[in-house]
Amino acid sequence: MTTELLGIAGLYLLTLGLALPLGHYLARVFQGERSLLDFLAPVERGIFRAAGLDATREMSWQQHMVAMLTINGVWFLLAMGILCTQGSLPLNPDHNPSMAPDLAFNTAISFLVNCNLQHYSGESGLSYLSQLVVITFLQFVSAATGIAAAVVVFNALQTRTSEKMGNFYNYFVKSLTRLLIPGSIALALILVFNGSPMTLQGKQALVTMQGDSVQVSRGPVAAMVAIKELGTNGGGFFGANSAHPLENPNYLTNAAENLALVVIPLAMIFALGFYLKRRRLSYMIFGVMTVGFLALLAPAVYYELHGNPAISQMGVDQHLGAMEGKEVRFGAAASAYWSITNTVISCGSVNSMHDSFMPLSGMTQLLGMMTNAFYGGCGVGLLNFFAYLIIAVFIAGLMVGRTPEFLGKKIEAREMKIAVIVTLLHPLLILAGTALAAHTYVGNPSEYASWLANPGYHGFSEMLYEFTSAAANNGSGFEGLGDNTAFWNISTGVVLLLARFLPIIGPVAIAGLLARKKYIPEGAGTLPADTATFGVMVLAVIFIIAALAFFPALALGPIAEHFSLY
Amino acid sequence: MKNNLLPAFRLTLVLLVLCAGLYPALIWAAAQLAPNGGRGETVRQNGRVVGYANVGQKFDRPEYFHGRPSAVDYNATGSAGSNKGPSNPEYLAAVRARLDTFLRQNPGVRKEQVPAELLTASGSGLDPHLSPRGVAVQVARIAKARNLAVADVQSLVRQHTETSFLAPARVNVLQLNLALDQVTVRR
Repeated sequence: MTTELLGIAGLYLLTLGLALPLGHYLARVFQGERSLLDFLAPVERGIFRAAGLDATREMSWQQHMVAMLTINGVWFLLAMGILCTQGSLPLNPDHNPSMAPDLAFNTAISFLVNCNLQHYSGESGLSYLSQLVVITFLQFVSAATGIAAAVVVFNALQTRTSEKMGNFYNYFVKSLTRLLIPGSIALALILVFNGSPMTLQGKQALVTMQGDSVQVSRGPVAAMVAIKELGTNGGGFFGANSAHPLENPNYLTNAAENLALVVIPLAMIFALGFYLKRRRLSYMIFGVMTVGFLALLAPAVYYELHGNPAISQMGVDQHLGAMEGKEVRFGAAASAYWSITNTVISCGSVNSMHDSFMPLSGMTQLLGMMTNAFYGGCGVGLLNFFAYLIIAVFIAGLMVGRTPEFLGKKIEAREMKIAVIVTLLHPLLILAGTALAAHTYVGNPSEYASWLANPGYHGFSEMLYEFTSAAANNGSGFEGLGDNTAFWNISTGVVLLLARFLPIIGPVAIAGLLARKKYIPEGAGTLPADTATFGVMVLAVIFIIAALAFFPALALGPIAEHFSLY
Repeated sequence: MKNNLLPAFRLTLVLLVLCAGLYPALIWAAAQLAPNGGRGETVRQNGRVVGYANVGQKFDRPEYFHGRPSAVDYNATGSAGSNKGPSNPEYLAAVRARLDTFLRQNPGVRKEQVPAELLTASGSGLDPHLSPRGVAVQVARIAKARNLAVADVQSLVRQHTETSFLAPARVNVLQLNLALDQVTVRR
């Protein structure tokens, strides 16, 4: 048990140690200063020339958002087109069929928005062409979109008054060439040399030692899995995601994948500080996020290491902890750590089945997505946190009787309205969606019996988890839910769209409005935003808005189940 | 919007070549140097491919070490966990039934010696490993079924117990069973 705990502590510290220099590097890249991969500049110029773009044209916040939405629309049509026709397109050695329109709609949106909710299994649901041209491609560009949007906010928060906040395409392409592609190459090489397949050959049929005929699925796994983690996407090549021994062959690859998905969200926090030359601000943000993260991690690790009490009662040996849905090569602690990092960060890949976790571990996974602000996804995590930050500035300003100001800009009614809409949208989507599902199910339990794999409180948790995951753009699931039905495909698809683009547009709009305002140098009358006191304030705001809104729903699901078990 | 549409199309095409073409091609090229050229590492018995080194397979005959229960019955054409919740009564009954079966197949073993991983399904349904305790508890059955000395089987298990830095100790069941067949044939 001690070794297992050392393993996860070491992994976290290693990730942090890499995130600091990476944050410094990213700040330099996006400020256009000299940095390590400058030799790629001709490649970038080639990309811009081929696309007919002027990457030096400065954009207002509205122009940024129009550029982002337009290209996202193109990607959506591309993805829909391929998913609906993949059965008759090349690179389909296993002869998998084309997707039904509702499933294709859900899948295309899900990967477009960096969520990666999967209502199919990769082995039978996608051709290799779709895995590469739809899935791998969208995993790159959706992550780069999030990072670019965050950099727009960085740019807007500088100490000046301006309408112009850089060029969207410039940030977007550099996120790919300077970060995501090189990082993915490194991770994919680790995977390939540890046993992840990278081939275009189809399933291999073989007869096992005992004489059973089976087939083994494979494909271009390593390349896809690398960007799946690094871009905080989370959608697996195989149905079992990173629990699959070909997607995550050993403890080392598990650590490498887990590090990859945490490192960019952490680095972006530090990049903010380097970019704005306000390192204390980024330490405050990092501190708040880390307190939240650890508060969710500790119970999950504890309950998973101690096993299922109902199985303990049978008198068997549970020295490895709760092993249902977990793999022996990772163990309970590394599985719990993975599950919490993947839910506070909107990656949503799994190396063990969340549906089978102990009730309170499941609740901490849910809370990670419900707060959606502890580290968060590539770029977008910081945007969610930014909305909380604005609310905290406003409330704290009112409490001490000062004009609410953030980084020398006045926070006024318009910014507050946007921040409140963005933060309240999240609980609204989750709770209304779950209520609709629960109502539908209860109205006719026999018709919808295939929805739930588990009865009672846990069944409710499965529905709550699905909408939480969709609204947090997370993509993991309590996979017992029979979710490939028109109801789930369409309802979560709509939630995904709203929950992706409004929380990007909102914070960028706030930043754009702030950038236009007059800069007021900080003085004795300013409420400093980079202190521990203010950090506590932000934490309280997150707790009040996010956690308390969900308490009644959690009481009906995981909390009730906990008390029925312990 | 119109000003953005054409560049968006062109940029998408360029990035498709880069992210979905060149990048996977590079990894594929590197994979040619990896074990079995990136097609997945296979294991052979008597010259015939009998499995993938990392992918668990089904063993239910008494003379083989049994792996963990699997929600996909070890058919690696798919992969999945059971997704059973911890308080599900049906699930707990299934675990109890697996315990009874195990105790019947392994006479002399007490239930507190049976590690829970032998009674619970893995996340992928293809978990190739067991913990050393999960193997040890089956040694007596194997020795009897194969007419081997318990000590010989134990030493084979020791040779196949993998430990690496920070990782849980584990035994690859397929490799162990392969070695077991080899030893038995030699005798």
